Amino acid sequence: MSGEANVRTLTVDGEEISARADQTILEAAREHNVGIPTLCHLEGLSEVGACRLCLVEVKGARRLLPACVTRVEEGMEVTTHSPKIDRYRTMILELFFAERNHICSICVANGNCELQSLALTLGMTHVEIPYQYPQLPVDASHPRFTVDHNRCVLCTRCVRVCSEIEGANTWGVMGRGAQSLVITDLKEPWGDSETCTSCGKCVQVCPTGALFEKSSVGSKVRKHPEFLPYLRIMREEDQA
Amino acid sequence: MNVEELQQIAGSAQEEREKFDYEVNVCMGTSCLSQHSDKIRDAIAKEASACGKSCHVRRTGCMGPCAAGPMVMIEPAETRYGHVREEDAKDIVAALGGEPVARLDPQLGSYFEGQNFVVLENVGHIDPEKIDEYIARGGYEALLKVLTEMSPGSVIEQISKSGLRGRGGGGYPTGLKWDTVAKVKGAQKYVICNGDEGDPGAFMDRSVLESDPQRVIEGMAIAAYAIGANKGYVYVRAEYPLAVQRLTVALREARRRGFLGNAICETTFNFDIDVRLGAGAFVCGEETALIASIEGKRGMPRPRPPYPAVSGLWGDPTLINNVETFANVAPIIRHGGEWFASMGTARSKGTKVFALTGKIQRTGLVEIPMGMTLRQIIFGIGGGVADGRKFKAVQTGGPSGGCMPEEHLDLSISYDALISAGSMMGSGGMIVMDDTSCMVSVARFFMEFCMTESCGKCVPCRAGTVQMFELLTKITKGEATHRDLDRLTELCEVVGATSLCGLGQTAPNPVLSTLRYFKHEYLAHIEEKRCPAGVCEFSATAADTRRGEVHV
Ligand SMILES: Cc1cc2nc3c(=O)[nH]c(=O)nc-3n(C[C@H](O)[C@H](O)[C@H](O)COP(=O)(O)O)c2cc1C
Ligand code: SF4
Ligand code: SF4
Ligand code: SF4
Ligand code: SF4
Ligand code: FES
Ligand code: FES
Repeated sequence: MSGEANVRTLTVDGEEISARADQTILEAAREHNVGIPTLCHLEGLSEVGACRLCLVEVKGARRLLPACVTRVEEGMEVTTHSPKIDRYRTMILELFFAERNHICSICVANGNCELQSLALTLGMTHVEIPYQYPQLPVDASHPRFTVDHNRCVLCTRCVRVCSEIEGANTWGVMGRGAQSLVITDLKEPWGDSETCTSCGKCVQVCPTGALFEKSSVGSKVRKHPEFLPYLRIMREEDQA
Repeated sequence: MNVEELQQIAGSAQEEREKFDYEVNVCMGTSCLSQHSDKIRDAIAKEASACGKSCHVRRTGCMGPCAAGPMVMIEPAETRYGHVREEDAKDIVAALGGEPVARLDPQLGSYFEGQNFVVLENVGHIDPEKIDEYIARGGYEALLKVLTEMSPGSVIEQISKSGLRGRGGGGYPTGLKWDTVAKVKGAQKYVICNGDEGDPGAFMDRSVLESDPQRVIEGMAIAAYAIGANKGYVYVRAEYPLAVQRLTVALREARRRGFLGNAICETTFNFDIDVRLGAGAFVCGEETALIASIEGKRGMPRPRPPYPAVSGLWGDPTLINNVETFANVAPIIRHGGEWFASMGTARSKGTKVFALTGKIQRTGLVEIPMGMTLRQIIFGIGGGVADGRKFKAVQTGGPSGGCMPEEHLDLSISYDALISAGSMMGSGGMIVMDDTSCMVSVARFFMEFCMTESCGKCVPCRAGTVQMFELLTKITKGEATHRDLDRLTELCEVVGATSLCGLGQTAPNPVLSTLRYFKHEYLAHIEEKRCPAGVCEFSATAADTRRGEVHV
């Protein structure tokens, strides 16, 4: 197949761009420095389309489409920002904040949190809907790491990295609806997990203060979710 | 199996029937069975042999008017008896060939007027566990015709011509769906029958599986031939034990008669079906969640595309249709697509089965031609609102649908008309409400359902349904403000527009439709701290601030 056949031309916010046929709208847009907010997406992990922050308008489509899972198509006309989309995104963020307990000033991730910075970039200045404060447990049984469910946004990045990259399959999701919780093994304390290798990948990819390294409390240690693509490339080279 | 053999089976089943002067059909659908209709059948059989009447006593599936059950129907006279008890066996048998037992008249009035049986054509006439009785009524003629005379393409052409649309709720054109799966390249393809039926109050698919399971199997086999699949699954809720049992027996019988397995009807076509039990989560009825569940994973929806037609079960092209959709297939092939398209409206063809429930005289299972008005169903077939009360609204589409007021009673049923009235066809639940129903509470009930059934994957649905439920609760307690109502409206818009799957996307519908037609009830709760239907109880503080007279 010729290279030409694999190229798609589309417009993003009125700008014509070209992309590879196997790319998603998100990938194509980011390559051309068009910012689309994301939370559940992380380069190097499979896509789940769960946070709905990356929804964009595609001309002719009946509904908004998640940019992280939607492939580019020839002639596609994509709008990544409009008053309506921005309003939806702000409301989605409000739902995230109100769902559990996000008081940034007392959080380990303060200043180093993707949810917080999304709120800043998208101009979500206050939460008008009532906080749920479900009073969820904190599991500090692991010698190095802690999980605080009150800050979890259920993005399942931890679940995916642990299964897709580390291969340990320690994390899972239990329950449904608002009762959903990420759990280690069969809801045993993390410290008792026989599958966890203590590699720390889940902590690195967690976008919020839900997973953190005990030693980082009080200090301003940054997380490094950007390591993943390199790790993945290295693994693929290993296998080749 | 070939045409002659099929005719032979049909012939001997017919001969078997003709040996008897009378047939006594006893309904053993879930509702009648729960009132011990099996004992009634035994009593009638015993009585008949005791007095030497030539009569065949048969168990059947749900006959429709469940509220009048346990039901018994005598053939050939087509006499129906209702509220039958074991003690009535003697009189029923004695009356065979004479005057019907007057006190057992089920008072069905115009219940059957205007009903049109396609999906339910065998209901009340056959024993669901006897394949030969199905064959005697034309069963498997269509499969045989398809395998011996028709190309897969011409089968799809007939289905397209019929105008059949998916009965699982969405109304996607069935012919188009089959055509898509048929055209996708793939050595392995699957056919899945969606029998998850999780809407509160719905029991159409359960009834079809309980009373005529062979019809669904035949439809699936025809679909498999048309799209090139060799393996099928029926996904049924574990809470439907009778449906599971009858389906399992039916599959065994179909294999025994050679309609499933290898070299079906002496052709090169191979196809078999397995049953998979659903764990009972409503969201497992969503096609991608259902597929994940069959694969042994957590039943959670995933973004589409890719659609199951392209990448479904185990990543292979998969056709997924609803029970009732498959149940329409054999009659379409037997009588032709044009015959089917002659029933219904311009864009909604054929019939639709509804479970008629709520504050109505005659509840039960009905099958009506598309295009019938709500008024005809509710006031004709259903006999109007129960206890002489006043009609307020009719709800269709379950938690994805909406409530329509009196002004819409003359609406002709079709996919499009229901959507423009703010509701949905859904899978066929139809709930009638009278003036004792509070519409805010109704919206709250459905929101609670969506909230509890949300799988939790995406935030608009997971967190949005909780927020909407709380706002509705606030309204029903008389504690809400206009600002809360605005917030509710905004949440409806965002949750509907941004949720990942149909559950979240349609969860706002019950609120939106009640806001559209019954906004005054919302306002009465908010401004006057008053529930027009007298359902909601207000807290003391709310009562204090209530303006005007105290409502008792
Ligand atoms: C939350 C949810 C629940 C659903 N439940 C059912 C169900 O119980 N039965 C069903 O046939 N379709 C159900 N559907 C629709 C299916 O996803 C799918 O569209 C349908 O089975 C396709 O069959 P049809 O084209 O014959 O209607 C549901 C959809 C959603 C979003
Ligand atoms: S997790 Fe992020 S958004 Fe939540 S409280 Fe901590 S810093 Fe704030
Ligand atoms: S530390 Fe590593 S192995 Fe343990 S749960 Fe996290 S990702 Fe999985
Ligand atoms: S713990 Fe962190 S990574 Fe895991 S689901 Fe929650 S927010 Fe996402
Ligand atoms: S809309 Fe609701 S049920 Fe559907 S994926 Fe999202 S959370 Fe799950
Ligand atoms: S980033 Fe696309 S849905 Fe989360
Ligand atoms: S179950 Fe007997 S009439 Fe419905």
